[in-house]
Amino acid sequence: MCRLIAITSETPLSPMVAIGALDAMNEGHDGSGVGLFLSDLGGHFGELNGEPILSGIFTNAGMKRLDGFMMEVGFLTKYKLSIKVPKTPPPGVPKRDMYLIRAYEYPETWEGLSEREIHERLMNIRLQLRHMGEEKQDMIVFSFWPDVIMIKEIGEPLAVAEHLQLERPELQARVMIAQGRQNTNYAINLYACHPFFIQGVATTTNGENTAFVPIREFLMSRGFPGYIGYQSDSEVFTHILHFMLNRLGLPIEAYKHVITPLSGEDLENHPNGRFLKHLKHVCRRLIIDGPNCVMGCLPDKTLFLVQDRKKLRPGVVGGQPGFYAIASEMCGLDVAIPDRDKSKDFQPMYLDTAIIRPDRQEVTTCRQTDELPLPH
Amino acid sequence: MSSDGRITPSTLSVKDLPWQIHWNKGKCTLCGHCTAICPVHAIELGVFRKRAVQTSIGLNEAPSHVYQVYHGIRQKTDPAYACVGCAMCSLVCPNDCILPYRSDEADKLRYHVNRGGQPRRRGGRRNVPGGILDQIKFIRISMLTDPALDAGRHEFELRTLLGRVLPPEEDLKLLHEESWTPPVREIYPLMLGAMSFGALSPTMWEGLQMGVAYLNEELGMPVRMCTGEGGCPPRLLRSRFLKYVILQIASGYFGWDEIIRAIPEMKEDPCAIEIKYGQGAKPGDGGLLMWYKVNELIAAVRGVPTGVSLPSPPTHQTKYSIEESVAKMIQSMSMAWDFRVPVYPKISGTTTALAVLNNLTRNPYAAALAIDGEDGGTGAAYNVSMNHMGHPIAGNIRDCYLNLVKLGMQNEIPLFAGGGVGKNGNLAANAAALIMLGASGVQIGKYIMQAAAGCLGSESDRCNICNIGLCPKGITSQDPRLYRRLDPEQVAERVVDAFLAFDTELKKIMAPLGRSTSLPIGMSDAIGINDQAAAERLDIKYVV
Repeated sequence: MCRLIAITSETPLSPMVAIGALDAMNEGHDGSGVGLFLSDLGGHFGELNGEPILSGIFTNAGMKRLDGFMMEVGFLTKYKLSIKVPKTPPPGVPKRDMYLIRAYEYPETWEGLSEREIHERLMNIRLQLRHMGEEKQDMIVFSFWPDVIMIKEIGEPLAVAEHLQLERPELQARVMIAQGRQNTNYAINLYACHPFFIQGVATTTNGENTAFVPIREFLMSRGFPGYIGYQSDSEVFTHILHFMLNRLGLPIEAYKHVITPLSGEDLENHPNGRFLKHLKHVCRRLIIDGPNCVMGCLPDKTLFLVQDRKKLRPGVVGGQPGFYAIASEMCGLDVAIPDRDKSKDFQPMYLDTAIIRPDRQEVTTCRQTDELPLPH
Repeated sequence: MSSDGRITPSTLSVKDLPWQIHWNKGKCTLCGHCTAICPVHAIELGVFRKRAVQTSIGLNEAPSHVYQVYHGIRQKTDPAYACVGCAMCSLVCPNDCILPYRSDEADKLRYHVNRGGQPRRRGGRRNVPGGILDQIKFIRISMLTDPALDAGRHEFELRTLLGRVLPPEEDLKLLHEESWTPPVREIYPLMLGAMSFGALSPTMWEGLQMGVAYLNEELGMPVRMCTGEGGCPPRLLRSRFLKYVILQIASGYFGWDEIIRAIPEMKEDPCAIEIKYGQGAKPGDGGLLMWYKVNELIAAVRGVPTGVSLPSPPTHQTKYSIEESVAKMIQSMSMAWDFRVPVYPKISGTTTALAVLNNLTRNPYAAALAIDGEDGGTGAAYNVSMNHMGHPIAGNIRDCYLNLVKLGMQNEIPLFAGGGVGKNGNLAANAAALIMLGASGVQIGKYIMQAAAGCLGSESDRCNICNIGLCPKGITSQDPRLYRRLDPEQVAERVVDAFLAFDTELKKIMAPLGRSTSLPIGMSDAIGINDQAAAERLDIKYVV
């Protein structure tokens, strides 16, 4: 089983806090990989003005191709962090030429474009780079988005973090999600590593997704270019959320109604019963059966946690105003926020969505039987 | 052979028949039950003459003989009276002294069942046992990383949708605007397929209806039953139970005068309207109710004279093309119920199913597509249609589903599969396999006749005389002397038994796959088959 941690903090933190939490929970993962999503950045990256940041792993040849490509599109490098690693990686970690985190200035031709158009283009560039990299095996691209850094690597989390020197101040962030991976049914491939990201939406998941194939088929047939990949059955959770937020215009409170809808009397008696019945019918192919615990971050930096309906994977929320964390295990939470009031720790159950809004003042829970805050 | 020793081309011996009656003289009490019950009069009381040799002990008297007479059972060899293997004789025999046996070689009767130039017609299914559905296994068993569910304790939602489901964006937008959205029914994924009032006896039909009503009202299982093309009894049309009924319209339009007249008086809308364009058992041929079964009641419900055969045309006579005519028909039927009732076509399995489906995808009122494969049953059809025409259901459903996936419409037009589901008794396994290949639900007919009423028919050509109204169990007969053998209450009980057992078995398949909340439609990673060609064709795993 994988181990997950999501942290939101008023003051920027080093990603080592998340790595430390993963290390505390190391009985629950096999050290076959680690993934980090950082947002609401501190350091230099935090001073950017909405410029997109590209995160990925490149060979030297890949770097050249990247530069050529970006130049052609009109992107200029604004700020970069190239992580040059020691020549000999720790055991189990592959040798790489370059871990790149680079912020770009938008091309002049993009001026005046709508936000929606920019978001579309950023995603398409990421996808293009991904395709190019897959062709020649010289680049792996995780994200290309404002205020988002992603790092993924195979190996034991703590060893990888030390190898990549993640302690550095440039990588501090207020919101972070990390996953320590237990490799199960898929070949080790960095595109199968959590967290998954698409247009500002990131999630990480614990557990298997038994409904993977029909969900993947449904997403891939939506005609949306970003719904590709699926090296991991968990990637669909990110895309379902993205689909719901962007295509259906629904709030996070509706996510559980999509993946684990109510039935029977609960549905009939719900204040939004008619709407939810429609939602259940039209999103029938997105229903999951678990066992899954999904943590994620929305474009506005809201963090959330949901469970499937029956099997549940461990997940606990705790913290104090200004500093909250969601972890797979208490010991992970203890490392992330040792001086919290533990009596307020909370384990969301099968109807709950735990939500920490961007102001980080409280954890709110939305029960599925509650009225939905639907947009008018 | 006739008593004068004449031999004609169609003179057969008992050996030439497909079924041979073995009768045990020593156990027979000559009660006559067997000859009375035989639906085709294949056996009769026989008077046999035999010569007995008499020898006495000692040498005083020479051995002699004497002619004796004994009485027993004689099997007729006239092709018109050939035994059908139903074994009702065994059923009623108090001493178990009589039993039909299948011939050890291909019979000669088959060459002589066309006397008068009339090819053989019969009921039942394609006479080919086995099938691909039974070979499909469920291989994605949830293990350590993903513990299996508990079929007995976890909550399950075994429901499917019948009706056109719009793309999520469009549906929610229309809902927001309070506009019309297509009617969608949440139903149980196992439906009773089209079996008409007429093809079935009144007691059988009533039993099925009662069973369905009980499942709905007492057990909360939204099982639906299709009327087939034979109309619907007026009282049912005007009752609240109509909501459990799918009314079928086919090319003969039998019973539709009555249905249309009843619309203003209906308390409930029917579940759906099925437009039959084809049937798996007799693809491309119309419906058939032979004259034997058209008695006064049937004639009244269907609006026809008594005692005449009722062949529906192979196609709807006013129809030219699927583009306009099917659309018009779907439109008219929708309009009749003010667009509150889903309307969908049913076709027989065919290589042209994809063309039909593609057309329906462009018709926003088409609520579903039902496909009936070659193993579907019938009350009456030409033997050649049943045995040699049609397309297997598995490939058809898979192709259609994958085509919908390509179009991104896999959630929008539900596919319903029928034709040989549970043919070898493995109802839940067959249904689950079809669902994972892409069906939203399955329809059964013959299975429920076997399970709920004890139908004797088989794919080894046993019985299969549904067409002439002589059903020995009273299931497909319109003769009160026969259908009184069937108690509708008991049929209803068996319907309920069969559905409850199916429900448990389906859960026992779904739970180990880790599925319970939604029907695993198109979950093709869960199935595999030990046949490479079939695996490739169905795009599922080949497992050895």
